Amino acid sequence: MSTPRPVPLTGTDERITTRLTVNGVPAEVTLPARVTLADALRDHLGLTGTHLGCEHGVCGMCTVLADGTAVRSCLLLACQADGAAITTVEGLGSPADPHPLQEAFGRHHALQCGFCTPGFLMSACDLLDSQPDIDAGDLPAELSGVLCRCTGYRNIVAAVADASRSRRPGRPETDRG
Amino acid sequence: MKAAPFAYVRPGSVPDVVAELAAGAGEDAKILAGGQSLMPVLAMRLGRPGVLVDINAVPDLGAVTVAGGTVRVGATVRQREAQSAPETENVPLLRMSLPWVGHREIRGRGTVCGSLAHADPAAELPAVACCLGATLSVVSVRGHREIAARDFFAGPLTTVLEPDELLQAVSFPAAAPGDGFGFAEVARRHGDFALAGVAVRAGPGGEATVACFGVADRPVVWDGADRAGAADFAAEAVTAGDAQAGTGYRRHLIRQLIVAELDRATAASLDGGES
Repeated sequence: MSTPRPVPLTGTDERITTRLTVNGVPAEVTLPARVTLADALRDHLGLTGTHLGCEHGVCGMCTVLADGTAVRSCLLLACQADGAAITTVEGLGSPADPHPLQEAFGRHHALQCGFCTPGFLMSACDLLDSQPDIDAGDLPAELSGVLCRCTGYRNIVAAVADASRSRRPGRPETDRG
Repeated sequence: MKAAPFAYVRPGSVPDVVAELAAGAGEDAKILAGGQSLMPVLAMRLGRPGVLVDINAVPDLGAVTVAGGTVRVGATVRQREAQSAPETENVPLLRMSLPWVGHREIRGRGTVCGSLAHADPAAELPAVACCLGATLSVVSVRGHREIAARDFFAGPLTTVLEPDELLQAVSFPAAAPGDGFGFAEVARRHGDFALAGVAVRAGPGGEATVACFGVADRPVVWDGADRAGAADFAAEAVTAGDAQAGTGYRRHLIRQLIVAELDRATAASLDGGES
């Protein structure tokens, strides 16, 4: 991940200004240090596609890409994302031009209630970028960082396997959505 | 599930980090690196440090370097980076163990040194460091000291680090010719903390070292390990037990894991090395 700028000692009642890029768009937030990246995205940048489940790093709902690597945005302070390029599900594709993973999720009925879908999409996006030739048999273990409470894992794994066979190379184009 | 307020500082150099730690020692200052253990603690308010000293703006701490037969991993090197860095090729046991640490999303942010400093008794990397005889480099305003991994862990979530000290790097010895390695664990779900696990190094002369995790309050190391003694070792070494897995079950697991991974490491050693 990119190196953030140094920050002087900031008291509990003070705010920190953080500059980052979200889905290709420069953004600036000025928030107390304890605000997580997930809360900054949802409450201060209006990007509610990133969901929050457990808020302590267990469920994977809040997975986003930070400089192309999947991370849990509830375990990252917003101020730590200084200088980083963040990609959320809003940057993955749009209804008019969905990402191949989104198309595959639709084809395979890989979402039931849909709450875990953004987390699975971002985790799978990182997985297929870093291991494009992944064996389908390894997908359940590699996707185990996100929980589906509808237990629709078989369709999710099938969708990612399908996308891994057909997806276009490279990272998502982050200037859309 | 929101962290309580804390003061925050992100210094740009190691001297500035240790100065902030010294200044914040009275306010329970904590180092924030990957945050994959600390952030849940803050979210659940199990801990309420007064100051977080974020070390991610220190460029020097993010390097993996090879020097004098050791591979040195800096304090902000992510677990996924350590797994893929060409420099760690000569520490095969580290590469074997890293896929077992949490999930990919955790390893993208979590650090090797952070896992050591957190000292969870069920964590993989403390056992790997003990098995290989790694050396931890620690710095504070009072100076610098090196600590052997086997002397570093003092109990559950407890190390010999002083409140004003920064673990700035860990140095793993590179594998010697003919060294073979084994690593395995048993957990209820992929990515969970292990109920029991082992890291094994077998040398070309037949000598083997086993380090176990998840079975006591810290890694348990067995030099001169052999198949025949596994049951006796397990009976003595395993003291942990809870509702998920009793002491007897963990003894059974660790014995099976030791035998299997000793065989694997020894076979690899006879084969010329690695696993």
